[in-house]
Amino acid sequence: MTKIKTIILKEWAEVFKNRFVLFTVIFMPLFFTVLALVLLFLTRAAGTGDISSPTPDAFFRACPEGLTAEECLQIYFVSQFMLLFLLTPLIIPVNIAAYSIVGEKTTRSLEPLLATPITTLELLAGKNLAAAIPAVLATWASFLLYALGANLLLDNPRVVAALFDPKWWLAIAVVGPLLSILSVNFSLMVSSRVNDPRVAEQLSAVVILPLLLLFFGQLAGWIFLSPRLVVILALILVVLDALMVFLATRLFQRETILTRWR
Amino acid sequence: MIQTENLTRKFGELVAVEDLSLQVGAGEVFGFLGPNGAGKTTTVRMLTCLIAPTSGTAIVNGYRVGKEDKHIRRTVGLLTESPGLYDGLSVEHNLRIYANLYEVRDPAKQVEKYLRMLDLWDRRHDPAATLSKGMKQKLAIARALLHEPRVLFLDEPTASLDPEAAHMVREFIAGLRKEGRTIFLCTHNLDEADRLCDRIAVFKTRLLALDTPANLRSRVFGRKVVFHLRQADGAMAEAVRKMPFVKDVQVIDHKLLVALDDPERHNPEIIRLLVGLGADVQFVGELRRSLEDVYLQLVKNA
Ligand SMILES: Nc1ncnc2c1ncn2[C@@H]1O[C@H](COP(=O)(O)OP(=O)(O)OP(=O)(O)O)[C@@H](O)[C@H]1O
Ligand SMILES: [Mg+2]
Repeated sequence: MTKIKTIILKEWAEVFKNRFVLFTVIFMPLFFTVLALVLLFLTRAAGTGDISSPTPDAFFRACPEGLTAEECLQIYFVSQFMLLFLLTPLIIPVNIAAYSIVGEKTTRSLEPLLATPITTLELLAGKNLAAAIPAVLATWASFLLYALGANLLLDNPRVVAALFDPKWWLAIAVVGPLLSILSVNFSLMVSSRVNDPRVAEQLSAVVILPLLLLFFGQLAGWIFLSPRLVVILALILVVLDALMVFLATRLFQRETILTRWR
Repeated sequence: MIQTENLTRKFGELVAVEDLSLQVGAGEVFGFLGPNGAGKTTTVRMLTCLIAPTSGTAIVNGYRVGKEDKHIRRTVGLLTESPGLYDGLSVEHNLRIYANLYEVRDPAKQVEKYLRMLDLWDRRHDPAATLSKGMKQKLAIARALLHEPRVLFLDEPTASLDPEAAHMVREFIAGLRKEGRTIFLCTHNLDEADRLCDRIAVFKTRLLALDTPANLRSRVFGRKVVFHLRQADGAMAEAVRKMPFVKDVQVIDHKLLVALDDPERHNPEIIRLLVGLGADVQFVGELRRSLEDVYLQLVKNA
């Protein structure tokens, strides 16, 4: 455990020296929070008249009993953007992992590191946690901030309750970390084959695509994020994560790292 | 401390190390000499359990490579070809990380010990990136020593250093030798190998020769003694040539160049003979071949 901790602290000491990484970890989640709050504020001010967007029927059916149509609509609009909070656990690890692996490659610091008694599994765990922990913390912090802000901004407790239904807590608490693990391992694998952190980042950003699909799918009304869908999403992610971790450990062997990572 | 038997490593079709068998004793400074691409780094990587041998066996510190890698890693130190420091982190932080990874008992004390020993104590708060090349190399050496390894692998410790820095590093290695550590020194600096090593292996994919520096010289070129005379003539050369232990005689100006195996024993006889023939012997000396000549000869023939 001390070895894993050593690696995590080392990664942080190195990677947070990079302003760009620091920026993504702190300002990006903050930006999403502010965006969501502004949206909330604007929809509150909006009148009843402009129900022109393609609100899916499914939504009204899912709308909690006893809410007015406007309240339902407000919840609907704001919920659209809740998915932003799931972008954070995807994007942050891409940054950290890309800089940490490519950095080790350019300074050739992996060879002496691998000569120590650390196991490759400990090293992988260290790299994973070093990227996942800040991502999950930033996600949770930004969501809590959003919840707090929403409480202050809205004087309608029924809307607040509907906005922060268990589905969203589940998404943030469980799907978020699962997404970050997916993202870390994907980026670790990509970075191990690429020598420029920027290229590594761009390639790793591919993991964001499925989420964007979900986002626009929801916006277009094809998909409606129900509690059941969140659970299914979580289960799919568990399987994907297991696969990713398996692949990453296969790739993460001393010999492979030294002879192929150039 | 190190034993290898038919150690071989291939990269696809390319054979980087072939059938390497050698033994390095405890406390020995062992020079591993070879040109670029000879397979020195590959050998060191196999012996430090970083890459697996294709075939053959190796025992380091009593542990079997491939079977007891964890124990080997714990008890050997490795200075890699490039220092591989964390440039953004301080000198001290770099060492602290490794002290923790090696589970050194008193990290702070151990880090201080080596920082002071290598004159880096005053620079301990500076980022590693700000160090000079020589200092970086010293820091990397300190890093390899934190856990007090019994066997130390040094992969070209003075390559790319200026003469002064190289000298500093060499002095330090000489000091380590006094502490009784076993040192496996890869180098293509012959002077360095000559001065520091007890035995030298000349290596180019295969082992070409393995002996003490002095024996290598005489094995490759035989030994030669130069007799400086005031006046040399053909008769003197002829008389010397007839002596049973003399292999060859050349006359160059007023010098006789005599090839023989055991000059310590036979030089007095030659001198007596020359004096008897009326020669004035001014100087007698052994013609020393540089290790470089030996090395070039071996590598050329390989
Ligand atoms: N990962 C690898 N994949 C393929 N070939 C390799 C690999 N590592 C080394 N080689 C080849 O093995 C041979 C030996 O390389 P090695 O690095 O061990 O030589 P060296 O003696 O350390 O040379 P130098 O003095 O340049 O450091 C070379 O021909 C090299 O190209
Ligand atoms: Mg080398």
